[in-house]
Amino acid sequence: MHEELIFAGFGGQGVLFAGQLLAYTALAEGKHVTWIPSYGPEMRGGTANCTVVVSRDPIGSPVCQNPSIAVVFNNPSFEKYEPLMMPGGLLITNDSLMVTQPERDDLEIVPVPATELATQMGEVRIANMILFGALLARRPLVSVDTVQRVLIDKLGNRKAHLHEANITALKRGMELAQHAEV
Amino acid sequence: MAVELMKGNVALAEAAIRAGVEAYFGYPITPQTELLEHMAKRMPELGRAFVQAESEVAAINMVYGAACAGARTMTSSSSPGISLMQEGFSYIAGSEVPAVIVDVMRGGPGLGNIQPSQADYFQVTRSAGHGDYHPIVLAPASVQEAIDLMGLAFDLADQYRHLVFVVADGLIGQMMEPAEMPPMQPLRQERPDWALTGAEGREVNTIASLELHAEGLEAVNLRLQAKLETIRAAEQRSTEILTEDANLIVVGYGTAGRIAQTAVLQARQQGLKVGLLRPISLWPFPEERLSELSDRVQAFLVVEMNAGQMVDDVRLASGGQVPVRFYGRMGGMVPVPEEILHEIVTVYEKLITSGV
Repeated sequence: MHEELIFAGFGGQGVLFAGQLLAYTALAEGKHVTWIPSYGPEMRGGTANCTVVVSRDPIGSPVCQNPSIAVVFNNPSFEKYEPLMMPGGLLITNDSLMVTQPERDDLEIVPVPATELATQMGEVRIANMILFGALLARRPLVSVDTVQRVLIDKLGNRKAHLHEANITALKRGMELAQHAEV
Repeated sequence: MAVELMKGNVALAEAAIRAGVEAYFGYPITPQTELLEHMAKRMPELGRAFVQAESEVAAINMVYGAACAGARTMTSSSSPGISLMQEGFSYIAGSEVPAVIVDVMRGGPGLGNIQPSQADYFQVTRSAGHGDYHPIVLAPASVQEAIDLMGLAFDLADQYRHLVFVVADGLIGQMMEPAEMPPMQPLRQERPDWALTGAEGREVNTIASLELHAEGLEAVNLRLQAKLETIRAAEQRSTEILTEDANLIVVGYGTAGRIAQTAVLQARQQGLKVGLLRPISLWPFPEERLSELSDRVQAFLVVEMNAGQMVDDVRLASGGQVPVRFYGRMGGMVPVPEEILHEIVTVYEKLITSGV
């Protein structure tokens, strides 16, 4: 197993946290992992992204040219990463914010209306966990149990009131992606 | 200690704390700021000294002062801040007091940008200030190695009473990776006998980098050069993979070396006999190992995140025996394995004649 992932969206959507959650969970399962945030001028313009590499083997390059998986939280990120994806790669999109139609037919594109669903569930900030759940359903890189454990640990007591909403969102995302037509 | 997911900058700071740093002085600059931030939180907790100085110039002179008083001390910055500190580096080296400097390099020249770079190689390995000396320079390629080299840096600084740099780039600073901290070392209880500790009941110690007489200053320089010769012989460090049967060896340090490793493995899958030499000490440069390898390879390919700086050291160490090619990205661009692989294949086809 060796996957190179991009998480990308607007600042404030929980993009970097979603990537970190994967990184912490991978480590908890004894896998090799690297996490790099964008910290350049682009983040001042309101976009945020991170690259996560998860592997069975020690990781050389923590950067990648053609991600095998991308989770895009908004339309600009979709436009940026769709052309860069590795053929056969998985592209999870936040369908609520998509405008552009996909151009490639060699990708597994899974649209998830994450922002709408999260809003309906009363907490727009959990859209990231809906997308994360969709990712897990399509690529079980780590086990859901470990994710739940790490998620609760990382949210901590200060955000105890958000534990349940996050876990519900994670499961909702998984259900949706399991049943989605690709 | 457990393996934890840690950011490079935080790992560098915590490793310094574990190594017994007693006084930290710094000034914030991206992409290094989390290091200072971690120090701001941890040092007062532990009853140690933390000062956010009014400028880089002030910070390095505070380091100089603490070092003269015999404390384990350090500062950290990124490229433009390192330039501002150069006068202080030279005074520290001239006074022969131990100090550790972290440079989390970013794109230049000038204010440049905040993206990862290795463009300060010349600056730190040649002198990092005016006058005739080289600091010891260590370059980690992972968060774990950053931790390990931080401890080593303090030990080398004390052992040689010299300036030691740990040079990372923005990517190592910002990356999170699993790593393990060493146990906390107890703080040093006794001050070195040369330190300025008040001179009560003993002869006065003097530390200065001023020597107005040429004969005297030449003697100082001769002593300094003899020390550097000792360091040069004893402290060359590097690591390598797949060099045993390699026809072509890629040479890269830090992030560039790590990315090149992936490209080397990809080249092996294509049946090309390629290896990697990754210098860990940039000064002293691992010239002995490189010289040995030049006896049995047909070419070197140097990969850096700059316009070609370490490539000079590779050419010197290989003594013109084999061709030395260069591939680099600048201005904060980080090469991906595919482009290094492309360069490997190009050089291989052109320069490697037989023995495949």
